[in-house]
Amino acid sequence: MSNTIAICDYGMGNLHSVASALEHVDKSVIVQITSDPDVIEKADRIVFPGVGAVRDCMHEVSRLGFDGLVARCIASGKPVLGICVGMQLLFSNSEENGGTRCMDLISGAVRYFGEDLLDESGDKLKVPHMGWNNVTQAINHPLWENIASGAQFYFVHSYFCEPADTSLTAGVTEYGKKFTSAVARNNLFATQFHPEKSHDNGLQLLSNFCRWNGF
Amino acid sequence: MALAKRIIPCLDVDNGRVVKGVKFVDIRDAGDPVEVAKRYNREGADEITFLDITASHEGRDTTYATVEKIAAEVFIPLTVGGGVRTVVDIRNLLNCGADKVGINSAAVQNPDFVKEAADRFGSQCIVVAIDAKRVDDIDGRPRWEIFTHGGRKPTGIDALEWSERMVANGAGEILLTSMDRDGTKNGFDLELTRNMSERVSVPLIASGGVGNLQHLADGVTEGKADAVLAASIFHFGEYTIEEAKRFMANQGINMRI
Repeated sequence: MSNTIAICDYGMGNLHSVASALEHVDKSVIVQITSDPDVIEKADRIVFPGVGAVRDCMHEVSRLGFDGLVARCIASGKPVLGICVGMQLLFSNSEENGGTRCMDLISGAVRYFGEDLLDESGDKLKVPHMGWNNVTQAINHPLWENIASGAQFYFVHSYFCEPADTSLTAGVTEYGKKFTSAVARNNLFATQFHPEKSHDNGLQLLSNFCRWNGF
Repeated sequence: MALAKRIIPCLDVDNGRVVKGVKFVDIRDAGDPVEVAKRYNREGADEITFLDITASHEGRDTTYATVEKIAAEVFIPLTVGGGVRTVVDIRNLLNCGADKVGINSAAVQNPDFVKEAADRFGSQCIVVAIDAKRVDDIDGRPRWEIFTHGGRKPTGIDALEWSERMVANGAGEILLTSMDRDGTKNGFDLELTRNMSERVSVPLIASGGVGNLQHLADGVTEGKADAVLAASIFHFGEYTIEEAKRFMANQGINMRI
């Protein structure tokens, strides 16, 4: 049985590390980095990544018609994994770039960490939130299989997602405040952290994704 | 449950070979950067920095090929620096699998290059490397200045002011090297590190002078660095990354273990 994964390429950033991580964890998958809507719609699984500024990403997403495409893929029931800015783009809007309308596939806002973020001892926290932090699992999910709750993943971001429906939160991380670091809704899963850069825990998550049927 | 402090081993690579001598017992080809990177990855490095010191222009292709090989096998963040002068250099490195790119002299020659790079590729992948040397004022107040060309050429630029300017231009992270301490094994310039880390809003990586594990811990606790970088103490097999992390964790520093 074929298992094809399309990584949506809308010209923002390097997608090779996601591709090589997927190929590394599952030799049977066929990974394609593509901007071809046909290839994306025919794939068994979709990865929707993103780096850089939300406004630039949204601009390219709209130009290539990826907003409708990703919505159709999600509606079709196939497993979809959003990563980093790819997760943020799924929300209604972001505070970045003076306010940016996003894809609105998940109700909620993407907010800035703020200038005066403090840790529990009162020290000022740096923004971007960069490095390895714990993800507490809020729900049981096939993508969390064989990963301990509280396991560390690699983050680099200055904005975080705030789903209107808090039952969608799949993982929580603390950085001056508790924020949603992963969301799950039916066949859609999205992470603020980078599984492809998160060593064994990240590779486990990607391996789980390669076998996930979307339920 | 909080953001962990990072240990970043640095590979100095010349024409596709790790220099400064590496003596890992279980690595057949000790000079192969891919093998060294894999070893650090296994030991629990939080990121890897690859510093290309290849002088020749032709050597760039070797660098790209090496970065590509590391990125295909090591699934932690990879920063590549050395000789980055144009947006084409950055694009090539990112396409080979680098997650972040270090800009050093080119930023001094043209500060707007950092802005251009951050606008094009996003701040998250732009690390500005700052080489600073202590040059106290006449009245004895501490002051540090930016030096280029491996610490030989003074620029007259105040290092702390420069760090702020680089962040304003879009640097997502600062890699600070004390040229006074680099290679001495006497520890970081903690005063410089603390001053700069408290001044900038982005994470700061301390570098230059690590001779033992206490130096790494001091960089975080006294220098307020978000990450510590070292080369020789790991290269020569004096300590493993794992030992370093346990040592720091035992001093109450939050590490990924």
